[in-house]
Amino acid sequence: MTAGETHTSGETHRAIEATFRIERARLIAGLARMVRDVGLAEELAQDALVVALSEWPRTGVPANPGAWLMAVAKRRAIDALRRDKMRDRKHEEIARTLDEMSHGAVESIEAAMDDDLGDELLGLIFTACHPILSPDARASLTLKVIGGLTTDEIARAFLSNEATIAQRIGRAKKTIAKAGLNFEAPREAERAARLPSVLEVVYLIFNEGYAATAGDDLVRPGLCLEAQRLGRILAGLMPRDAEVLGLLALMEIQASRIAARAGPDGGVVPLTEQNRARWDHLLIRRGLDALARAEALAKAVGGDGPYVLQAALAACHARARGAADTDWPRIAALYDRLRAAMPSPVVDLNRAIAHSMAFGPETGLRLVDEIAGDALPNYAPLPAARGDFLFRAGRLAEARSQFEAAAKLTRNGRERTFLLARAEACGREP
Amino acid sequence: MRVMVFVKAAENVDMDAAPTPEQLEAFAAMDRFTEELVQAGVFIAAAGLKAGAEAKRVVFDGPARTVTDGPFAESRELVVGFSIWEVKDMDEAVAWAKRSPNCMPGRSEVEIRPFYEAEDLAAFMPPEELAAPRDGARGKLGVA
Repeated sequence: MTAGETHTSGETHRAIEATFRIERARLIAGLARMVRDVGLAEELAQDALVVALSEWPRTGVPANPGAWLMAVAKRRAIDALRRDKMRDRKHEEIARTLDEMSHGAVESIEAAMDDDLGDELLGLIFTACHPILSPDARASLTLKVIGGLTTDEIARAFLSNEATIAQRIGRAKKTIAKAGLNFEAPREAERAARLPSVLEVVYLIFNEGYAATAGDDLVRPGLCLEAQRLGRILAGLMPRDAEVLGLLALMEIQASRIAARAGPDGGVVPLTEQNRARWDHLLIRRGLDALARAEALAKAVGGDGPYVLQAALAACHARARGAADTDWPRIAALYDRLRAAMPSPVVDLNRAIAHSMAFGPETGLRLVDEIAGDALPNYAPLPAARGDFLFRAGRLAEARSQFEAAAKLTRNGRERTFLLARAEACGREP
Repeated sequence: MRVMVFVKAAENVDMDAAPTPEQLEAFAAMDRFTEELVQAGVFIAAAGLKAGAEAKRVVFDGPARTVTDGPFAESRELVVGFSIWEVKDMDEAVAWAKRSPNCMPGRSEVEIRPFYEAEDLAAFMPPEELAAPRDGARGKLGVA
């Protein structure tokens, strides 16, 4: 505990920490590129905060707090590298470069940070989401270094424990160090090749929160917010990429339904039955804007990306004033395109449902029969959809046995009750 | 949490007149600040508002409605713009607000107001009512 800290009133302390939180990710990004070590970069950033907490109450918050913190952290980095007993050639070289840079400290750092236009932050995001790491490790590390979440917060978000997450992050940092990654944002072809692994992580974080919003754990909608924030950061840094904007649009539109998605008993309210007045129309507007930009960019390169298409699908529901106004033929056509861009039996099943809504239950039955028998084993939504098509086609006995099969497969109690009620509605066999 | 950030000043800049170099610089500074908000993932929406002369007020008094044209002599301060931000807490909102350039020639003020979110409105609408499908005419407000 330093002398300065004891004089810090709670309010000043909080104000400084809030300022630090704003700077933290960029600070770590710049430091990681210099010292080529995420863990060390985090420590250096934290050291800079400690110095700020002792000096700013006296001197006031500097005009450019980010550059100030970076200058302090860089001085610490030089000291740390000097102290390092294992100083190999790499460390010596880094220390010398830092020495040269630290003359004229704050001004030159300020200029460099303005020049950089977030490139270092993008480099850190691409490194934390590098395909050499597992998706779970990427998600944890990204939340830690970019999102600024504590290990404990990440553990609660993923319903895991702190030790597991700490270990996962520690291993990820070691893997990055061992691979000798340079923390630079990849360019052109390499950027395009590595972008999917970044977007995958952001969407994984989002879904981890979204799938759980029906539960009683209020921490998890925070995960959706965190993913949206990451998406907005990426869109700010890569405003010319269709898929980045597509993912942002998809998340904004899906998030607009969070409040309407939970029923009074905590169960999930299906999309078509949601109270649309509870949708967040500000988020829908943002989503539709991002989608319009994404579609224009995708058209220019002449390709359908899976996130742009999924966002376009989400937008069809967002645009409908009521469930009855849903443009099903358009949704069916989008699923045809999504199937080509992202082949998967789950997409095929959703496509069959969309076609049944647009063109009748017989079309749905034909498409669902085209899905290979073993593609979705023990997948309750498959017999549930088939049951719905048969029911609408008036083939009640067959519908009943499909609903019963689906009820046996589901592990969700509420869903089982729902499916058995639908089976019951098919009536007794004559 | 979401916050609405009101920018208040004595009177806003006349955008129809040719801009002075100071105004151009202020505009560019605000643009840079907005860019920073976008890159931090904080920015949701923002707009500048036209002068009080173009404003109208609808005053409610019981069943009566009276429309008054601006400018309003009694206003000491005018909302000249607003932004909506997504932040972790009020401390973060204040830290961002302090970074905003002062685009007004003299004194201006920023007021940060947190949104009511869905859970704050629970007392007004029971969960059953909130969850009930409502496709009809009522409420496309997008509140919370």
